[in-house]
Amino acid sequence: MKIILFMLALIAPAAAMAADDVALSSQVLVEKIVKDAKGEAKTVRQKPDVVTPGDSLVFLLSYKNQGAEPATGFTVTNPVPQAVAFASADGAGAEVSVDGGKTWGQLAALKIASADGTSRAAVAADVTHVRWSFAQPIAAGKSGDLSFRGTVK
Amino acid sequence: MTYIQCQRRTTAALATAVSAIAVASLSSSPAAAAGTPAGTNIQNVATATYEPVPGGPATSVESNTVTLKVDELLDVAVAWADPADVASAPAASGQVLRFNVTNAGNGSESFTLGTIANGGGDDFDPAVTSIVLDSNGNGAYDAGIDTVYAAGSNDPELAADQSLTVFVLSSIPAAALDAQRGKVELTATAKTGSGAPGTSFAGLGQGGGDAVVGATGAAAQDDGWYKVGKAAIGFTKSASVLDPWGGATSAPGAVVTYTLTATVTGSGSLGNVRINDPIPAGTSYAAGSLTLDGSSLSDAADADAGAFNGTGISVGLGTLASGASRSVTFKVKID
Repeated sequence: MKIILFMLALIAPAAAMAADDVALSSQVLVEKIVKDAKGEAKTVRQKPDVVTPGDSLVFLLSYKNQGAEPATGFTVTNPVPQAVAFASADGAGAEVSVDGGKTWGQLAALKIASADGTSRAAVAADVTHVRWSFAQPIAAGKSGDLSFRGTVK
Repeated sequence: MTYIQCQRRTTAALATAVSAIAVASLSSSPAAAAGTPAGTNIQNVATATYEPVPGGPATSVESNTVTLKVDELLDVAVAWADPADVASAPAASGQVLRFNVTNAGNGSESFTLGTIANGGGDDFDPAVTSIVLDSNGNGAYDAGIDTVYAAGSNDPELAADQSLTVFVLSSIPAAALDAQRGKVELTATAKTGSGAPGTSFAGLGQGGGDAVVGATGAAAQDDGWYKVGKAAIGFTKSASVLDPWGGATSAPGAVVTYTLTATVTGSGSLGNVRINDPIPAGTSYAAGSLTLDGSSLSDAADADAGAFNGTGISVGLGTLASGASRSVTFKVKID
């Protein structure tokens, strides 16, 4: 029963939401390498006024438990946009999926099946979803940040 | 410009300070070929799920949706496509150079074409007579079929990643010398704009975004080369006499052997080379005496290269490349 409810919640999140005790926000920044006054290259993050193929993007997620109770079983899932080639995820508990969110794990452990029945090791560009699972409940009032990176295809 | 952020049921402040992140993963990997088409929206939304009551039913919250519009990257490549210097000759006109112009950006773009023939670094300046677009797409210049380019009126529009063959037709100066090389540079420039990489043109990108100059500066050029081949042919003729007594006296009855040698010098080749020589007055041709490089030729006008027509000999040598040498001999008897 619990499993069915959980699935329903995934499929129709809007319908399942009663009170939003947890807030989640996302933003995307572009990382560019610029030369500073000394001529040394350094990486800066900018508002994505202009985005072209090859640009490095940083996806930032911020969560906060603004309710009065701890949130248990806390998981944040982010599908990688189709035009973005995933590069890496930051933060403990990060897992990725290369099959549209059906199976999860560390990238090195995942495989891509080929049409001829063989399989190859998955690479970063194969990643379709990123997920962070928290073993410990998020205490009331607690907040945190998650991020992953990708390149505009 | 194209940064849209829809706030959606969130009260938490956007925390921009993110825990230390290694920069190592920031590889400046170039976009694959054309990349994501200009105007594509990249939308990102994350979902959090949790159990408000431990062990109870899960609930989920969606983040705001961030939408980025992919802007148009302006990039172009020009490459001379002839396999080697185009062989030409002094004063020749309509000499064809072949180039490929490729839209290396991610949106459809028109390009202005131009040529520079006096850029230096060569031996002579070809005179460009026209730029022609390979409108039938067969990669070969078809006079009267392919479209003559006129800047501003039929600037070619190329889809992302599309290539077009462009021909440059030139005349070679009459004063060009053998083995000299002359070049013509073909330039292609994005019509939306060009300049330093990163320069952006607000709102001019395909699909409603901006247009941004890419790594090529949205302008590219390449040199195509002509090489003059000016072959020259030299003839030598020598005679040796054998008199009936074993000597070399030019007396009646003596046999004279003539040797004619044709040698091609310079570069390039000469076509349709033929040696004709009349039989001298007071002598008679010795039937069957004609040879080419030591091999006998029949006197009849037939499949072999030589013939005697009653008044002189004639040997066709075909096309001779520079450095080739052919030797013809025949005999006459002094009357």
